[in-house]
Amino acid sequence: MLSIRDLHAQIGARKILKGVNLEVKPGEVHAIMGPNGSGKSTLASVLAGRAGYEVTKGTAHYLGDDLLALEPEERARRGVFLAFQYPVEIPGVNNAYLLKAALNAVRKQRGLQELDAFEFLALIKDKMKLMQMDESFLSRGVNEGFSGGEKKRNEILQMAVLEPKLALLDETDSGLDIDALRVVATGVNSLRSPQRAIVMVTHYQRLLDYIEPDFVHVLSDGRILRTGDKSLALELEKRGYDWVKQEASAA
Amino acid sequence: MASTPTDLDALVAQKYQHGFVTDVESDTLPPGLDEDVVRVISKIKREPQFMLDWRLRALRHWQTMANPDWAHLRIAPIDYQSISYYSAPRAKTDGPKSLDEVDPKLLATYEKLGVPLHERARLAGVAVDAVFDSVSVATTFKDKLAKAGVIFCSFSDAVQNHPELIEQYLGSVVPYADNYFATLNSAVFSDGSFVYVPRGVRCPMELSTYFRINAANTGQFERTLIIADEGSHVSYLEGCTAPMRDENQLHAAVVELVALKDANIKYSTVQNWYPGDENGVGGIYNFVTKRGECRGANSRISWTQVETGSAITWKYPSCVLTGDNSVGEFYSVALANHYQQADTGTKMIHIGRNTRSTIVSKGISAGRGQNTYRGLVKVLPSAEGARNFTQCDSLLMGDKCGAHTFPYMEIRNPSAVVEHEATTSKIADDQLFYCRSRGVSEEDAVNMIVNGFCKVVFKELPMEFAVEAQNLLAVSLEGSVG
Repeated sequence: MLSIRDLHAQIGARKILKGVNLEVKPGEVHAIMGPNGSGKSTLASVLAGRAGYEVTKGTAHYLGDDLLALEPEERARRGVFLAFQYPVEIPGVNNAYLLKAALNAVRKQRGLQELDAFEFLALIKDKMKLMQMDESFLSRGVNEGFSGGEKKRNEILQMAVLEPKLALLDETDSGLDIDALRVVATGVNSLRSPQRAIVMVTHYQRLLDYIEPDFVHVLSDGRILRTGDKSLALELEKRGYDWVKQEASAA
Repeated sequence: MASTPTDLDALVAQKYQHGFVTDVESDTLPPGLDEDVVRVISKIKREPQFMLDWRLRALRHWQTMANPDWAHLRIAPIDYQSISYYSAPRAKTDGPKSLDEVDPKLLATYEKLGVPLHERARLAGVAVDAVFDSVSVATTFKDKLAKAGVIFCSFSDAVQNHPELIEQYLGSVVPYADNYFATLNSAVFSDGSFVYVPRGVRCPMELSTYFRINAANTGQFERTLIIADEGSHVSYLEGCTAPMRDENQLHAAVVELVALKDANIKYSTVQNWYPGDENGVGGIYNFVTKRGECRGANSRISWTQVETGSAITWKYPSCVLTGDNSVGEFYSVALANHYQQADTGTKMIHIGRNTRSTIVSKGISAGRGQNTYRGLVKVLPSAEGARNFTQCDSLLMGDKCGAHTFPYMEIRNPSAVVEHEATTSKIADDQLFYCRSRGVSEEDAVNMIVNGFCKVVFKELPMEFAVEAQNLLAVSLEGSVG
C-alpha cells in the first residue's frame, strides 16, 4: 500500500529525513517512535503534502502511484488521511460543513453519489456517538474553542467519516488525559480493518497499550534504526532510546 | 513536493465575467460640464423649474469646492471636463411601453448579468427597475405595487408624476452642498430609482435595481430616493456591474432614505463594478454618498453591503437617528483584491433618545488590495441612553495587501454606551492545508474560510442575494490565495 524508499527531506537547509525506508501493507498497524526532533512528524507531514518541506531524494509510492507528485487534496481523495498533532481552528466555518464537503470530495473520487444534508447527518450521528461527541459540535466552528481532547476526538471522527485506506496519526495521544485517550483509541480500533493501514507517530508506549501495533519502528536522526514488534516499544519504555542509537552506530 | 509556499503568491487573476460592451446606439452629450450641460440634462428630462434651479445651485456650489483628499486612497487626478454627463440608449419613440419594445440586445445584456427581468422575476417575487446607463428601460410589476399603493419608478418618472414628493424630500437627507461628489451628482444626475411606501403598507415584494454603465467615458450619476411613510416596511436591493474598460470610469451616486415613524427600510447592495485588471489598469471609481434618516420615532434603517468590485470604493452608508428609539444598522463585507482600494464604513449619528446602532464590518484584503474601515459614531447631547456596538474584522490574504481601521467616536452624552471590537486575522497556510488534507480543493477552502468570516453579514441579505453574494465573492477571490 505504502512504499517509502530512501526518503530524504529538509526544511530550508535543515536536513530532517535522511533515508527513510518503510513498507506498509493493508491491514497493518505501524507505530513510529523516536525522540524529539527525530523526524516523526516531518514524515507524516511529507506524506500528507504539507508545504514547506523539500524532498531531495527518494520516493514514496501509494497504491502504486507517486504519492509525492499529488496535491494534498488529491492524496486525501485517494484515501490518505492525516490526523493532525495540532488541529487548526477555522472560525465561522462549521464542522458539519467542512466534513460534508470533505466526505463528498472523497465520495466523488470513489465514484459514489454525493450525500445530501439528511443522508450526511444520519451517517455522522452514529460516528459521533462512537466518539462520545455532543451534537452541538456540528454547528460549532471547526475546532473553534475546542479543548485539546475535543480536537483530537474530532480528528478521529473525521477519519471515521472519511474511511481512509491509509491513516497517518501524528501524536494523536499528546495532550490527552486517560479517559480521552481511551475514547480516541476505541475510535481508532473500530476502524482497524484488513483493507486499511494505520501509521501512528508517537512518543510514548502508552498509546500502544490501547492500539496494539503490528510493527514498531524507531526513528532517530532521520532514519529508521530498528524495527520490531510490540515488545520493542516496551523495551524502549524501559531503556529509553540511547541504546538503539549506540547499537546502530556500533553496527 | 507538490506544494510550496510560493503557491500562495503565484495565484492570480480570475477574469471579470461581466466585461462585455453592448452595441446600442446611444445619445451622448459631448464631454464637459458647465451650466449649459445642466440645462440640457434638465431639458431632456422635461423637468419642472424647481429641479433646474436645484441643479444649478448645486453646480455653482460645486464649482467652489475642491476634490477631497482625506481618504486612505490613492486616486489619479480626475478631469471632470473630459467626462460626458449624459448618455441614453436612443429610443425609437418616447421609450418602451412594454418589454417587447426594449432593444433585444439590451435584454440580452441583462440576461448575461442574470437580471431576472422576465417571468423568472415574477416567480422570484422581484420587481426590477433596470437602469441602463442613465435611463430606465423597463420597470416590472408596477401594477402589483400600485395596488398596494407603493410607488416604484425611475427618478425621472417620479419628477414628472410625483413632483410634490420630490420637492419635499429631495436633498432632505443629503443636501446639495453635502460633499464634493454628492454636489456633483446633484447638478448632473440623470436617473435612478424612486420608492414611496405609503402609511402602514408592507411592500409586497423585494424591490431591486440593477445599474449598469455601458457607454465608454460616461460617468454614471444616479440618484435614489426612498421614502417609507409611517409604519411601512420596504426592502430594497441594488446590484451593480459594469463592462471591462482600460480607462477609469466615475460613478458618483447619491442614495437618500427617509424612514418616518415606525417605518422600516432595509437597503442591500451587492456591488460588482469592474475592479480593473490584475495590474490595476481601469476600473470604476465608486464614490457614493448614501445616507438614511430615521426621522420618526421607532423607525429602523438597515444597510447591508457586499462590495467586491470597483477600482476605488469610497462610501459610507450612514444613519441619522433623529427619532426617539430609532435603530440604525450597517453590515458590510468589502473586498479589495489586486490593486483595488476600498475606504468604506458608516456614520451613525445619534440625536434622538434611546437610539441604537449596530456596525458589523468585514474587510477582506488580497493581492495588493488596500481595505480601510472608516466609521464615525456620534452621540449628541440630546441622545439620552444611546447605544452603539461596533465590530470590525479584517482578513488578510498574502503579505502585500493592507487593512486599516479608523474608528471615530464623538460622545457628548454621558449616558451613552459605545462598544468597539476589532480583529485582524490572516488566512493561514495551516488552515488551507487542513482543509486540503481533507480533500477540499484550495479554491473551495479559501471560499469556505472567507464565507465563514463573512457569515454574520450574509445572514442579513435577502436569501437569493446571499447566495449571489457568496458566488460573487468566490469569483472575485478565485486565484488569489495567500
